[in-house]
Amino acid sequence: MTLLEVTGIDKTFGKLTALNNAAFTVHKNEFHGLIGPNGSGKSTLMKCVAGAENPTKGRVSFSGVDITRFSPAERARAGMSLKFQITNVLPALTLYDNVLLALQAKLSLVSLVFSRSRSTLHDRVMNMLEQFRLADRAYQPAAVLSHGQQQWLEIAMALAGEPKLLLLDEPTGGMSYEERRVTGELLRPIKDSCSLIIVEHDLDFIRDICDRLTVLDQGSVICSGTVQEIQASSKVKEVYLRRA
Amino acid sequence: MSHQSTDKAAATLGPQVVELPTRRTKDLALSESRRILPALEISMFIVAVLVPLLLQDYVTVFATRVLILCLFALSFDLVWGYAGILSLGQSLFFGMAGYGVALLSRDFNISSIFVVFPVGALIGFVASLLLAGFLLLGRHPSSIVFVSLGTMTGAYAADRLAGGSSYLGGQNGIPSIQLMTIGPYELNEGSTFYYLALGILVFVYLLSRFLLRSQFGLALAGLRENEYRIGFFGYKAQHLKAVIFAISGAIAGMAGSLYAFHEGFVGTNVLGVVMSTQVVLYVLFGGSGTLVGAIIGTIVIEALSFWLSNSFQDVWPIILGVLLLLVIMFRPAGLVSLLLSERERVGTFGRPGKRGKNDTA
Repeated sequence: MTLLEVTGIDKTFGKLTALNNAAFTVHKNEFHGLIGPNGSGKSTLMKCVAGAENPTKGRVSFSGVDITRFSPAERARAGMSLKFQITNVLPALTLYDNVLLALQAKLSLVSLVFSRSRSTLHDRVMNMLEQFRLADRAYQPAAVLSHGQQQWLEIAMALAGEPKLLLLDEPTGGMSYEERRVTGELLRPIKDSCSLIIVEHDLDFIRDICDRLTVLDQGSVICSGTVQEIQASSKVKEVYLRRA
Repeated sequence: MSHQSTDKAAATLGPQVVELPTRRTKDLALSESRRILPALEISMFIVAVLVPLLLQDYVTVFATRVLILCLFALSFDLVWGYAGILSLGQSLFFGMAGYGVALLSRDFNISSIFVVFPVGALIGFVASLLLAGFLLLGRHPSSIVFVSLGTMTGAYAADRLAGGSSYLGGQNGIPSIQLMTIGPYELNEGSTFYYLALGILVFVYLLSRFLLRSQFGLALAGLRENEYRIGFFGYKAQHLKAVIFAISGAIAGMAGSLYAFHEGFVGTNVLGVVMSTQVVLYVLFGGSGTLVGAIIGTIVIEALSFWLSNSFQDVWPIILGVLLLLVIMFRPAGLVSLLLSERERVGTFGRPGKRGKNDTA
């Protein structure tokens, strides 16, 4: 079943064309990787999906709804969640509060003011923290975390609202080899409930975790397919070799 | 994070712990058991109750004005310290309410606190909601410069308009407002008015504290720290801003109406940019983002001006200015940061259980 359908996306910044008629589809419970050389437009494409940028032309449809003009908050409410490339956890708040902040985002003002869900959300906050191996530091401020742990906390926050689609922009950026491996382990279980789009430089990581890949070069999609298909593609090799 | 520690990490599979030994981290990690804030709040309250009993009458009158200004400072702290909205036109709501109740008194002979106080709050609330509609509720988040200049222009324009309107008394303002009444009793300057102002301040303080410690307070913390980010969680950041802006406008309105009756007159200065700037200084000096900081800042600045203007008539503005600069340069988190750790100033919103309820200012 198709969850996300991106068709005919153009994105220009002044005279610079970042995306040219880009299109790809993500199915339900699929882990989808966006890869390509530096400057190929994969991050921009991700931003157009997330609502951080508005495409100049084209259409993004999510669960059958045209969300091209939705604000980020509306997209989040429709079931989409973004983990930023640069960690954006709130350092002065505790880990617990960071996750709670993400969890309570869709509640009404009145229930926020009267803290109606503070106790009912407790278990879900702790579950998220446990899932990402951060539970023992729940009440410490996020500033004490290592870079890798901050990335995990970000992912936990992005997953907290039980999204249908999670967008991860370079989840393993700046991580050690070991941390990358653990990140892969942490992500795999979410497949039952959630689809994933990953933009990532680390091709080994992508190969380990993704079902299908879309390859971009110079703002255009050059091919989409399963990991095996992409590995076999001569076109993809050419792109990477030319740039190497 | 280095590759050398992989063996160890592989053994535990746990997150690798790298403590960043910065001062900030240490400050943040300070144990929760060191809670100074409740003691600070209670001792300030006790001192405030004793003031009229211990000091001369003219000091009580002065202290009443300070309490009203504290209320005004709270309103600014809510928008700037908690929601990150730099309102440089907070006096607009303060002054409009002041003028509004002065007109009620002059033209309709109404001075009952049960009318003028709610009316003052309502004027502040409506005016700030309207301004929020213009400045905060666009499709795109408005920049801090746009909001601060927008609010400041509002205050400046109001000042000029009031000064040019003969209905509002022009540059002279509206003098000799009646005394405020509670039923048959008239509220003179002095200890009764003082305790009334104290009561209202404590009430608003507690109400704000309730609001800021709620899950709404957590949303505000997110808004202040990273407005862009929380939009991607699904928060409607602009709505949050409009709500807190309107609440703060209502509080400024309450302060303005009390001020008008306490002083017995309103002039264009209560609307203007000077008044707006003054409240910014109170809050920055005391420590924005803590309610108690706004109160401390107001009291210290006002008390210093009071004593300095007696003792050093010519140079006191210079001394005060230098002091303000020093605090803002060396203690950007304000005087309150001398007493409270950053952890305690930020506070927690979820559990550290029921006992953790007491630690957000």
